[in-house]
Amino acid sequence: MSYTAHFRVWRGDAEGGDLGDFQVEVNEGEVVLDIIHRLQATQAGDLAVRWNCKAGKCGSCSAEINGRPRLMCMTRMSTFAEDETVTVTPMRAFPVIKDLVTDVSFNYEKARQVPAFAPPKNLQPGEYRMAQVDVERSQEFRKCIECYLCQDTCHVVRDHEENKKAFAGPRFLMRIAELDMHPLDAKDRQHAAQEEFGLGFCNITKCCTEVCPEHIKITDNALIPMKERVVDRKYDPLVWLGSKIGRRPER
Amino acid sequence: MTGVQTPGRARIAARTLRTDRWWQAPVITVSLLSIWVIYALIRTASQRAYFVQQYHYLSPFSSPCVTASCPKDARDFGTWFGHFPPFLPLALIVLPFLLGFRLTCYYYRRAYYRSFWQSPPACAVAEPHAKYSGETRFPLIFQNAHRYFFYVAVLISLVNTYDAIRAFTGKDGDPGLGLGTIIMVANVVLLWAYTVSCHSCRHITGGRLRHFSAHPLRYRAWTFVSKLNAKHMQLAWTTLATLMLTDGYIALVASGAFSDPRIVN
Amino acid sequence: MTETEKHNYDVIVIGAGGAGLRAAIAAREAGMRVAVICKSLFGKAHTVMAEGGIAASMGNVNSNDNWQVHFRDTMRGGKFLNNWRMAELHAKEAPQRVWELETYGALFDRTVDGKISQRNFGGHEYPRLAHVGDRTGLELIRTLQQKIVSLQQDDGQGGPASDGKLKVFAECTITELLKDDGGRISGAFGYWRESGRFVLFRAPAVILATGGIGKSFKVTSNSWEYTGDGHALALRAGSTLLNMEFVQFHPTGMVWPPSVKGILVTESVRGDGGVLRNSDGKRFMFNYVPSVFRGQYAETEEEGDRWYTDPDHNKRPPELLPRDEVARAINSEVKAGRGSPHGGVFLDIASRRSAEEILRRLPSMHHQFKELADVDITSEPMEVGPTCHYVMGGVEVDPDTAAAARVPGLFAAGEVAGGMHGSNRLGGNSLSDLLVFGRRAGVGAAEYVSALGGEYPAVTDAQIDEAAKSALAPFDAAGVDASENPYTLHQELQQSMNDLVGIIRKADEMEQALKTLDDLKARAQHVAVEGHRQFNPGWHLALDLRNMLAVSECVARAALIREESRGGHTRDDFPEMSSQWRQVNLICSLQPSGSVDVVQQPMVSMREDLIGLFETDELSKYLTNEELAQLPSKEA
Repeated sequence: MSYTAHFRVWRGDAEGGDLGDFQVEVNEGEVVLDIIHRLQATQAGDLAVRWNCKAGKCGSCSAEINGRPRLMCMTRMSTFAEDETVTVTPMRAFPVIKDLVTDVSFNYEKARQVPAFAPPKNLQPGEYRMAQVDVERSQEFRKCIECYLCQDTCHVVRDHEENKKAFAGPRFLMRIAELDMHPLDAKDRQHAAQEEFGLGFCNITKCCTEVCPEHIKITDNALIPMKERVVDRKYDPLVWLGSKIGRRPER
Repeated sequence: MTGVQTPGRARIAARTLRTDRWWQAPVITVSLLSIWVIYALIRTASQRAYFVQQYHYLSPFSSPCVTASCPKDARDFGTWFGHFPPFLPLALIVLPFLLGFRLTCYYYRRAYYRSFWQSPPACAVAEPHAKYSGETRFPLIFQNAHRYFFYVAVLISLVNTYDAIRAFTGKDGDPGLGLGTIIMVANVVLLWAYTVSCHSCRHITGGRLRHFSAHPLRYRAWTFVSKLNAKHMQLAWTTLATLMLTDGYIALVASGAFSDPRIVN
Repeated sequence: MTETEKHNYDVIVIGAGGAGLRAAIAAREAGMRVAVICKSLFGKAHTVMAEGGIAASMGNVNSNDNWQVHFRDTMRGGKFLNNWRMAELHAKEAPQRVWELETYGALFDRTVDGKISQRNFGGHEYPRLAHVGDRTGLELIRTLQQKIVSLQQDDGQGGPASDGKLKVFAECTITELLKDDGGRISGAFGYWRESGRFVLFRAPAVILATGGIGKSFKVTSNSWEYTGDGHALALRAGSTLLNMEFVQFHPTGMVWPPSVKGILVTESVRGDGGVLRNSDGKRFMFNYVPSVFRGQYAETEEEGDRWYTDPDHNKRPPELLPRDEVARAINSEVKAGRGSPHGGVFLDIASRRSAEEILRRLPSMHHQFKELADVDITSEPMEVGPTCHYVMGGVEVDPDTAAAARVPGLFAAGEVAGGMHGSNRLGGNSLSDLLVFGRRAGVGAAEYVSALGGEYPAVTDAQIDEAAKSALAPFDAAGVDASENPYTLHQELQQSMNDLVGIIRKADEMEQALKTLDDLKARAQHVAVEGHRQFNPGWHLALDLRNMLAVSECVARAALIREESRGGHTRDDFPEMSSQWRQVNLICSLQPSGSVDVVQQPMVSMREDLIGLFETDELSKYLTNEELAQLPSKEA
C-alpha cells in the first residue's frame, strides 16, 4: 500500500532558493499536502506552507505541482506514478515569502479597488425579492474560494509584472461580472471593467478556467459576457445610436 | 528580467516545470490551421471546379456567386459585378467575412493566440514576448467587432442553406438526392450550429439581460444557445473539416474525378 | 526593551471568521477604529467550511415559523442547558441579521416568490436554514469580507479604499492579552507569522472570535487554526470558561481514505433525503429515538419518507434527530459490528434522489467525494462516521453585551463564547450565532470604549518584554538534549483526547487523560524548534500547543466532574440525564500555578414567559421536581 516517493520541494525566500530533494513515505488515499505535512513533521520542521481546511474549500494551499498551478489538498498522489518525481514550487506569479508561501497581497489590493455592491436605495432589509434564475449566474462566480490560481496562471501578469497595475486579473474581473449580473446592484460597472480593471488585456486563452478548482467557467461565463457587455457600451454603434435617441439598454 | 524571472519571485530558472507534453496542443493547432488555410488559398486562387451544374452543387467557398465570371446557373442571386480579372478570386466576396467571423471568434482567438503567437503557448509556460497589451489597442481592439461578423455570418449561413436546398437537384432539373446533397446538408447544419453557438449570439439572445425572469422566452433561447456554446470549440473544428470536405467533394465531382453516387434521381 | 511594531486602536477583534467580521463591522459602524487580527489570510477562516445554512425563523417556506418556535428548538437541542437569554436573543435577532446580509450583497437561494429559500435541518421544526447550495459558510465569509472592503471604501470618501479606521492584520497570531493594574484590558501582543516579528496592539477592548478547539482531537472537521487560542487567552487573562465538557461530534464525517478522515459531510444530505444504513442495509436510526424525543419523530420508514413532501401531516425521519443522538447511534452500530468496511456506516442518497437533484442541491459534497475519495455520491453510498466538530463550551459571557466574565474590556462571540447552545448545538444555529452575537460584541465593545471617555489603560515595557520572552522560549530550548518535537507532542495530545475524552467517556479513562495531559504539559516546557522566526510552522505549532493543552485540561476536568449524560457529553458510567445536573454550570479558571480549576455554579432560572412556551409534559423531562412544583399553573 505505501511506498517511498521522490519529492522535489522549492525551499528559499526572496533572496534565492533551490529545489530540495526528499525521499518520503506515501500511503493510500493521500494528497500532496499530506506529503508536505509529513516532510514538516519528520524531515523539515520549518518548511513553510499555507493551508487551512484540507478539503478544497478555503483555497489556501495553492502551489505549482509539476509546473501546474494546483491546490495541494486536492491533488491526489494516485495521479502520479510511483517512480515519478513530484516537484512542488510556490506560485510563480507572486513574490515569494518563504518556501511554498507567496505574498498574495496583489489580490487583496485589487479586491479593495472593485467598488462594493451598491444596494438599491428603495428597499429595506427583508424586502429584497430575486428570482432563482436571476441569481444563478452570479452565484456561480460566488463559488470562488479565492485560491488565486487563476491569477497565478494568467500570463497577463505572470509573464508581465508591469501589467499588474493596469490589470485586475480573472478573479476580480469575474467579481465585476458578478456584480454586473446581480439582479439588484445599483451601479454601472461596464465602463470601469474596461478602463480601470483592464478587461481588454484578457486574450481569452482560458488558462484561468483550466486551473479553477471550483470548475467555474470563468472565461465563458464571466469574462466573455463582460467583454460583450463592454462592446454594447463602447463599440456598438447601434446601441450607441439607440441610447442617443432615448431607448436606453436595460441596466 | 520580467515575468516569472522578476526579482522577488521564487528563483527558478526553468521557463516551466511542466512534465507533460504541453507543446503538443499548440503544434497540432498550428498544423491543422495551416493545412486548412493553405488548402483554402489554393482552392480560391485556382478558381476551378467549384460548381457542379448537373446537381447544382456550389462550394461554400464560392457562394454566393454573383460576378459575371460565375457560371450562369450558379448565379441564383443575380450578377452584382462584372468579370473579375483572373488574379482576383471569386471568393473575395464571401471569404473576408467568413474568415473575419472565425478570426474574431472567441474560440479561434484562444487557439491562435496560444499556438501561432505563443501568448501563452500553454498554461503556466512562459511566453516569449517582452511586452504584452492584449486586446487593448490597435489592431487587436478590432476583435470587439466580432458581433458584426456574426450578423454577416448569419446571412452567409442563409445563403449556404439556400445552396443546400438547391442541391436537391437531379438530372434535368428534377428533384434529386446524391451523396453531395447529404454532405452539403450536413455541412450547413453544422455551420448553423457553429454560428448560433457563438459567444456574441449568446450575449445577444439573452446574455445581456439583467433579469432573465422578466424575459422567459429570451431566457429559454439563451439556455439553448448556452448549451451549444459549451461545444463551440468542437463545432469550430468540425465545421473547418466539413467546409473542406464539402468543397473538396464538389471539386472531385466537378472535375470529373469522381462521380456522385445518386440515391434519388 | 524588545523591538516591537506598535498600533493603537479602539477595538481589536481577534479572529476573522463570521463572528469577528460581524463584530468589526458593528464596531466600525459605531465609530470605532478597529483592527481585525487573524492567523490565516483574510477570507480563509473556518466559517467557509459551514455548509448547511443559517437558521433564522423568517418563515419564508413555512409561515408557521417564528422566534418562539426557533427558541424552543434551540433549548430542546441543547437539552435545556442553554443560557436561555442568549437563545432568546438569538432566535429573535437572527432574521434581521440574515436580511442584512442581502444588503451587503449576499445571494441566497430563492423561493418561487423570490424570497430567501429555507431548508430542513436536524432539530428544526420547520424549514429554517437560509442557504446557498451547500456552501453557505463561504457565502457568509465572502459577504462579510466584501462588506469590510465596502466600509473601507466609505472611509476613503470617494478616493481609494482607506484602511485607516478598519484594518485587517492577516497572518498575525496573538499570544497574550495585556491588562493594566486595574485588571482592565489594555492591548494584545503577538507576532507576524510571515516575518516572526513582534507586534503590539494597544486597545481598551478586545473581542475574541477565535472559534473552537477541534485540533486537540485526532478525528476532526476543524482546520489547523482551531487550537483554542481565544479560550486560552481568556483563561490566562483571568476570565472563565463555561461547560467545556460539551464537545459536539458531528455524526457524519468522511472515514476513508485516512488522510481525509474527519472532513465534514453536511447534514443537508440527510435534510434533503439521505438515510443512514448499517452493513445489513437497515435504517437503524428508528431504533435510537430517545424518550425525550419520542412522539416527535416518525416511527415507520413510510411516514418518514412522506414527511419530505408533506411535513404538516407527518413526522420527520429520525435521521434528523439532533447531532449528539445520531453520532451516538452510529458509534453503537459500529461497536456492534454492523459498520461499513472502513469503520463507519453508510449514508445513502444515491438510491433516494435523482442524480440531477443531488448535483443541484449538494454540488460541493459531490465534488468533495469525487475528488478526495473517488466516490460518486449519485450512484453509491458514502461511508461516514462521527468527527469532532464544535465546542459548545466557551468563554462565560454576558448575553446582551458579549462581555467576558471578570475582565473589563474583554468580549467574546461565536464558537469561542459559551452558553448559547447548551449541551448540544443544532445545525444552522452556528452561523446565526456568529451574526447575532458578533454584532452584539461589536456594539458592546463600542459602548464600553465610549464610556471610557478617551482614558485608555496603559501598556508597560515590562509587559512587552515578558510576552516576547515567553514567545521565544521554544527557540531557547533548541539544542538541549531533552528537547521535544512539537509535532510529536501534538499527535500524542490528539490521540489521547480522541481515545479518552471522546464521544463516550468513562471516569478512569478521563483520569488517565488528565495524567497524560500533565505529562504533556511538562514536556511542552522543553519543546524546541529549528530554523529562524520567518514563517516557521514548527514554532507556530509550539505556541499553539500551549493553548491546546490548557483547553484540553478544561475539557477533561469538567467532563470528569459532570456525572450525567447530556448532549455532547456522554458518560458510559452515568448514562442518564439528570435534572439535578441541569441546574449546574461548570466554570473553569486558571490558577496562578498554571493548573485548571473547575467549580460548580448554579444556573439562573428561565424567565416565566419563556418557560410558558413549553408544555409541562416536556418540561418534566428536564426539570427537577422542585422546579416543576414552582411552575406557574397553566390555566387553559
